[in-house]
Amino acid sequence: MDYEIVIGLEIHTELKTNSKIFCGCSTKFGSEQNTNVCPVCLGLPGVLPVINEKVVEFAVKAGLALNCEILPFSKFDRKNYYYPDLPKNFQTSQYDLPIAVNGHLDIEVNGETKRINITRIHMEEDAGKLVHSGATISSSDSALVDYNRTGVPLLEIVSEPDIRSAEEAKAYLEKVKAILEYLDVSDCKMEEGSLRCDANISLRPHGQAALGTKAEIKNLNSFRSAQRGIEYEVIRQEDILDDGGRVIQETRTWDENKGVTASMRSKEQAHDYRYLPEPDLVPIVVDPARVAEIRANLPELPDARRQRLMNDYGLSAYDAGIITSTKAVADYFDQSVENNGDAKAVANWLMGEVSKHLNSEGITILDCPVSPKQLTELLALIEKGTISNKIAKTVFEEMWISRKDAEVIVKEKGLVQISDSSEIVAIVESVIAANPQSVADFKAGKDKAIGFLVGQIMKQTKGRANPDMVNTLLRERL
Amino acid sequence: MELFKHTASQLHKKLAAKEISAVELAKAVLGRVDAVDKDVQAYITLTSENALTQAQAVDSKIQRGEKVSVLAGIPGALKDNICTKGIKTTCASKILATFVPPYDATVAEKLAAEDAVIVGKANMDEFAMGGSTENSGFFPTHNPWNLETVPGGSSGGSAAAVAAGEAIWALGSDTGGSIRQPAAYCGVVGLKPTYGRVSRYGLVAYASSLDQIGPITRDVTDSAHVMNIISGYDAKDSTSINTGVPDYTKSLVNNIKGLKIGLPREYFVAGMDAEVERAINKAIEQLVALGAEYKEISMPHTEYALSAYYMIAPAEASSNLARYDGVSFGHRVEGNDIIDMYKKTRSEAFGAEVKRRIMLGTYALSSGYYDAYYLKALKVRTLVKQDFDKAFEQVDVLITPTAPTTAFKLGEKTNDPLAMYLQDVCTIPVNLSGVPAISIPCGFAAGMPIGMQIIGKPLGEETIIRAAYTFEQNNDYHKGFATLGEV
Repeated sequence: MDYEIVIGLEIHTELKTNSKIFCGCSTKFGSEQNTNVCPVCLGLPGVLPVINEKVVEFAVKAGLALNCEILPFSKFDRKNYYYPDLPKNFQTSQYDLPIAVNGHLDIEVNGETKRINITRIHMEEDAGKLVHSGATISSSDSALVDYNRTGVPLLEIVSEPDIRSAEEAKAYLEKVKAILEYLDVSDCKMEEGSLRCDANISLRPHGQAALGTKAEIKNLNSFRSAQRGIEYEVIRQEDILDDGGRVIQETRTWDENKGVTASMRSKEQAHDYRYLPEPDLVPIVVDPARVAEIRANLPELPDARRQRLMNDYGLSAYDAGIITSTKAVADYFDQSVENNGDAKAVANWLMGEVSKHLNSEGITILDCPVSPKQLTELLALIEKGTISNKIAKTVFEEMWISRKDAEVIVKEKGLVQISDSSEIVAIVESVIAANPQSVADFKAGKDKAIGFLVGQIMKQTKGRANPDMVNTLLRERL
Repeated sequence: MELFKHTASQLHKKLAAKEISAVELAKAVLGRVDAVDKDVQAYITLTSENALTQAQAVDSKIQRGEKVSVLAGIPGALKDNICTKGIKTTCASKILATFVPPYDATVAEKLAAEDAVIVGKANMDEFAMGGSTENSGFFPTHNPWNLETVPGGSSGGSAAAVAAGEAIWALGSDTGGSIRQPAAYCGVVGLKPTYGRVSRYGLVAYASSLDQIGPITRDVTDSAHVMNIISGYDAKDSTSINTGVPDYTKSLVNNIKGLKIGLPREYFVAGMDAEVERAINKAIEQLVALGAEYKEISMPHTEYALSAYYMIAPAEASSNLARYDGVSFGHRVEGNDIIDMYKKTRSEAFGAEVKRRIMLGTYALSSGYYDAYYLKALKVRTLVKQDFDKAFEQVDVLITPTAPTTAFKLGEKTNDPLAMYLQDVCTIPVNLSGVPAISIPCGFAAGMPIGMQIIGKPLGEETIIRAAYTFEQNNDYHKGFATLGEV
């Protein structure tokens, strides 16, 4: 049977503040274990939390960018559960009065725009990290705890169950990530765990109003696993329903290696978090004037930037969409264009050569060895006719490795395009003289033969001859 | 008179006049501890060497002609739930029996900055849960006025130390009466400041929304001096109040003309000792004779305060005490797995009363019970607070007994938690509403001290200090010294 898929996503993102949410410890990733700690984040007896104002500011920014209402009065609560990566055995989070509520985000899938409503955004502290002695939890006989991540600020962004496919989920996730990056409030590095996602998934017959029984899928730690995990879970539930069975309400974990979801705990085993208002923190009262100020100073967001690229540079919706989906790529584009680069050429190169090289090395544009200025200079050489588009690719290759400027490479390797007609004429004539058979073929109407002759000319000039001139001069001589 | 029988302000004068040295004073107090602590058992940890070093430093300052503060060189005790860097802080619990904090509580820092001398860490009910100090995980403390009776609690060690001359002053903490009730039982002065007046940073939490640190002293004057040092906003405590601290010694004025006193009739509960009631009535008459105006008032929600407290405080405690799990600090009992380790550690190292309150609190917060218990208790708390707001529209201070009876015998109530809880019936509403209150000696019943509680408006410490000082100046109750069985 064909079911309607109903998905709600909970996205956790680490905020890139310098210090933790309730103490002054550094949030730096990759520090030596248990060095970014103090009595407060270690939860020692007698300590008290103090809210990092930057966290509230970032949360308000995210709330506004996701079209939420910022609650003027919100508070922290304690979420009580025992786990050794949680030194206090409660997580300070927000329960019934989160910082932001009732937002939405428009996504585009298959050229159609769709609105995903956002229930709430709340602030909370991250937990530490368990380091198991064995390869897996079950094969370990001990575990150590690294508390460096304990108290790193998190935002949890909860969507309504408005998502209808794995594809939509992916588009939504990517859009949220792009917005957080544009706001400069999170690094959104899934591989470092700074963006994580849980999905609530249920199925129902088309037309049925009531929601089906949901399963919560945890551990979706990349866009790929989010999509795969959701796809897997949908099929699993379909199979159960088709067999006349019932989906059990439970929490399942995505196993990236096996490509399956597995049960973690049932509804009966679900935690009772026994929330209570955090008595050690005063409620957060956000001044509406401050919210207005933050709103006024929001940076340009992906949708607006995409529109600008279309309006100002005549880029297609598709190209503008790809370039603006990652802030760093869009920044690279803007910097290139500011250096008098031709916008369309920049766009083509970004989506072509640049992206090809980045992908093959598995790096992001932030680590691109060719700077926007260098790329613009390369494009200028093409524009001026100093080198051909084809030679430019060779030059780019060399720039990537040596990090030298295009002009230097062109000079060093003697790659300047030959546009001197007398020089080309001489070569054209010598090639005609050396290949009488091809000339005869051409004259006999075999148009293809000219390709061979052009190839010979290019070979002799190591590709430097201006292709248009070669064509014209060759045809004249024949 | 022996040095250890003086007050801090008296001793300060002697130090400043170089009549005595701080080392001499420290030795006198340490000698007293040596002589009587085997009977009183006020201390969990003694810091004698540190005390002598601190005293030596104060003597050097005085020798150099430097002006020193009132508490400089004056030996005092800290309740053992106040964190002291490098010095064991146990909360009288086996679970923290070897815990040495790597940091100082804000009050400890402030006292150190004033060169106060710390004799040691005082005994208490485990995690401040109790009213007799019998819930200490180590040993009970005895009341210096009669060693067979309790000193009250939970700050029983602090109050007994001050009463016995084992400390000139002390800090306690008060969540439901834990400074005032032991002060009353031990015949000394105990002040619970307005919630937020004194930083809680470094005070091991029992019930965060109720806990407050305050002084236990021989007289009201010393109380004002200690308050001057420990009060004030602390950026490390978000719940501390960000307003200036007055000089509380300016309120040491023997004059209450025109002061409006309210006597809430609901505080004179069934089971109240007739002697206690007589003492309070006599005190009121005296205050009226001294120029105060007096009226009986009603605070109708008082009877629900105790129940609300025993929902709210355990709920917070169940969360606050979750961190004692054997993972990264404190006592650990190894187990087959992490859950087993949690269970064994907590079963073995927490005492019965702590376990009882953790269970109560966990239950009150559980899904399905939250609204009926915890949320309802919060509503009651609001009503109790409104009672105080309304009362203070009519009067400047409220006067009640501090506790319904004088100190009871050790073991008398240990098997009857409810009877024990009832000892806090007059003090708990004060914590629920966050206002300040002081307990001062106001008489004796069968040789045991009676305490009178004076409750003030929020941040009304100056008014209650003035009222208490006036009463004290017109009486001798605070001048008696616990006999410890001595003739």
